[in-house]
Amino acid sequence: MSRVLEVRDLRVSFPGPDHRRFYPVDGVTFSLERGKTMALVGESGSGKSLTSLALLQLVPSPGRVETGSVIRMGETDVLALRGEALRRIRGRRVGMIFQDPMTSLNPVFTVGDQIVEGILAHFKMPRAAARERALQLLQEVGIPDPSTRLKAYPHQLSGGMRQRVMIAIALSAEPEILVADEPTTALDVTVQAQILEVLDRLQESRGMAVLLITHDLGIVAGRADRVAVMYAGQIVEEAPTARLFANPSHPYTQGLFASVPRIKGPLRRLNPIGGSIPAPTAWPSGCRFRPRCPKAFDKSELEPPLLTVEPDHQMRCWLAEEPNKNRG
Amino acid sequence: MRPVLDALAAAWRHPQGRVGALILLIVAVAAIVGPWLLPDPLSQPDILAGSMPPGLGHPFGTDQLNRDILSRVVTGARISLGVALLAVALSMTLGAAVGLVSGYLGGVVDAALMRLVDGALAIPRLFILLLVLAVWERVPVLALILLIGATGWFATSRIVRAEVLRLREEAYVRAAEALGARRRRIIFRHLLPNVVGPLLVTATLAVGDVILLEAGLSFLGLGIQPPLPSWGGMILDSKEVLVSAPWAGIFPGLAIVITVLSANLFGDALRDAVDPRGA
Amino acid sequence: MSGWVLRRALQAAVTFLVALAILFVLMRAAPGDPLLRLGGDRPISPKEIAVLRARYGLDQPVGRQLTAFVQGLVHGDLGVSIEYGRPVTALLTERLPATLLLGGSVLLLNFTVGLWLGVRQAVRRGRREDRWLTTLSLAGYAMPSFWLGLVLAWLVGIHWRLLPAAGMQDPLLSSDAGWGVRAVDVLSHLVLPVLTLSVVSIAATMRHQRSAMLEVLRLPYILTARAKGLPERDITWRHAWRNALFPVITLFGLWLPILVTGSVFVEAVFAWPGLGSLAAGAVGNRDYPLLMGTSLLVAALVVASGFATDIAYALLDPRVRLA
Repeated sequence: MSRVLEVRDLRVSFPGPDHRRFYPVDGVTFSLERGKTMALVGESGSGKSLTSLALLQLVPSPGRVETGSVIRMGETDVLALRGEALRRIRGRRVGMIFQDPMTSLNPVFTVGDQIVEGILAHFKMPRAAARERALQLLQEVGIPDPSTRLKAYPHQLSGGMRQRVMIAIALSAEPEILVADEPTTALDVTVQAQILEVLDRLQESRGMAVLLITHDLGIVAGRADRVAVMYAGQIVEEAPTARLFANPSHPYTQGLFASVPRIKGPLRRLNPIGGSIPAPTAWPSGCRFRPRCPKAFDKSELEPPLLTVEPDHQMRCWLAEEPNKNRG
Repeated sequence: MRPVLDALAAAWRHPQGRVGALILLIVAVAAIVGPWLLPDPLSQPDILAGSMPPGLGHPFGTDQLNRDILSRVVTGARISLGVALLAVALSMTLGAAVGLVSGYLGGVVDAALMRLVDGALAIPRLFILLLVLAVWERVPVLALILLIGATGWFATSRIVRAEVLRLREEAYVRAAEALGARRRRIIFRHLLPNVVGPLLVTATLAVGDVILLEAGLSFLGLGIQPPLPSWGGMILDSKEVLVSAPWAGIFPGLAIVITVLSANLFGDALRDAVDPRGA
Repeated sequence: MSGWVLRRALQAAVTFLVALAILFVLMRAAPGDPLLRLGGDRPISPKEIAVLRARYGLDQPVGRQLTAFVQGLVHGDLGVSIEYGRPVTALLTERLPATLLLGGSVLLLNFTVGLWLGVRQAVRRGRREDRWLTTLSLAGYAMPSFWLGLVLAWLVGIHWRLLPAAGMQDPLLSSDAGWGVRAVDVLSHLVLPVLTLSVVSIAATMRHQRSAMLEVLRLPYILTARAKGLPERDITWRHAWRNALFPVITLFGLWLPILVTGSVFVEAVFAWPGLGSLAAGAVGNRDYPLLMGTSLLVAALVVASGFATDIAYALLDPRVRLA
């Protein structure tokens, strides 16, 4: 098949208090395919951002990717790469978009410069040709009057435009994988839709595999092909989008859906999930959602593996074996 | 008082801070106790005997008047540290006062004061002191302390003012104002305790600066007057015998370096404790 | 942007005027009579004092003195040196080049070696090289410049006889020596004073550059640059350093007074014929007009350099330039 990225048992560790390490990403497995979008959904503290950073060995020190983790892009074992070989895949195989375009762009260089250097880092061509490409990229991401914008500085652009520039930069080296870490969170609601539409269009025209990281279930629907829900450093449910929305099975996922405020229909009380996110330095024993789970039972004291709910739909919960307990 | 003790404790836990603090303590103890244990540095200068290299009776050697350098260095410590501490205390008080008033009152008072500070900072501190001291025959130590103190508050007032401007917007200050508290009360009760942290850092680093400044003044003949031993004065004396007795200048200089270095180490550790940003 | 430049220029002018006023007040308020110093060992008769007082205008009321002072300033007349008997302005002009050479060389070293070391430290943070350099810089910062100068003069100049330790030129150099020989001679005399001043100043520059770099390296756009696949060298020098330069540039404006102070001692120790040794000598001779003139010049330099660094900052930061 056209599997472009395979991640298996990814664990990221950080040094914690009293010399022990803790694992904000603790055994994550998923894969990406050409032309498909995978959404990684979770709240802050779930480990989703670190997962994306690990793909390019960008985990900030003193964190590190633990041995036993596997990250493969086609034939390439990413975790075995060092130095120049590693630099070559950054931007070229995977393009990354970060959350806040204001702080993610260097304020002292023009937008054009920042795109051009992304191109020239991976392709040998005269500067003028690179500038032409940059112009085309700006057009592709839907920036009006691109030739003027090339010479603009980040602070002269609006939030939405800056994020489009970020996308252009991410695409500058023609990657086959695009990782978008909360691409719309820092933007106004009206602009969010526009940016997502740009991403959609680009994915289709370029056939990229997209990893969309978000805490917002709303942008997942109708956009992602598959969804993986993360909690406490692990994937707790994974399925094609339609199936997850139709049949959310993990109590955490159910809680997420239930807590979304609805505009239509009768007024109801807001339904947040009780309790709070555990700190990565102290994951709960057994099932990590147990302290907050309304359906916890005696078996929850054992840490569950990923179990099948229905074909192509897994969850990390013992309730998979006892579906009658999982009603409602 | 609490924030001060907390900051000091944190600086003590810092490895370099602890080294700095320990060395400062040793110097301070030596300065206080030393002169009693060692031969009198003001003892009869014996020009005929001349200088002697470091040896058994004189671990640091003697200078050209055959005075024991170790005891002069230790007595000089007393004077240098004393001058530095008192002058810094004066500078900090003045700087805090001006910074608090200027920052809190704002308006014309603030503008005028800060323009004054800008102008004063344009003239290097040494030159201000040179101008005033040059016409003095022999500067009394007290006058020296007052002068050094009076010229050292400019930068401090800016730092304090910046803190006050920041704190002025804090909720508890606004609340106090809304409750009708008098300005004096707000300054003393709410602003001053929060300014103490940065002030302490500035003070510690200023001690090092003043030691260097006073040594420089003494080197130019303007600071501590002989026969009182001062580190700078000793270095000045050693210029004559640089070729024949280099140790006469090396040891007082080392004393300065060690003391200032420790003050800076401790001051840095304090700064980390008070404001952990950056490293 | 031009409005901003104008405002800054105005501020600089006001600052200088305030400095001028302070200097004048100091001159009048200083205890003791500068004229009594004049005689030295020779006693001065009251009649001579009266003559001198009239000559230096000290018998006029304060207001008149201030006006005369400012007027003289505008015409470039800073009075006459008591010790040299020549116009102060002439003396300052004569000695300025030597100090510029010294100061310029020190600044050059600071902005090359100092910045480079600071960046290196930040990039290799926490490793042995970083910690050693930090210790060295803290030690260098703690040294009195005159002491270091004497130590170096003794060690290199006298003990090892490697370099000259006094003056700017070899007095024994024959008058028809070529241009190249003269240049080498001056350079060899320049080494020790520059080294002395540089140790202290580079120590501080290094520390500030290091902390500025560390702050910048934490920022999100550095992550973006890395994710783009840019070479590490570009990330350090193009992306990070360009932004870490700002705090160091503004620091330069504050640094000048310290450099000037240091040069007073270093020039005195090495008998370098610049403004610093001029001031040090003026102190010994209680030469008030000369001391005043030098202080004024220094204040003007400090204000001017502060203004220049503000402009440099604005030119380098597009956020200010295009506001």
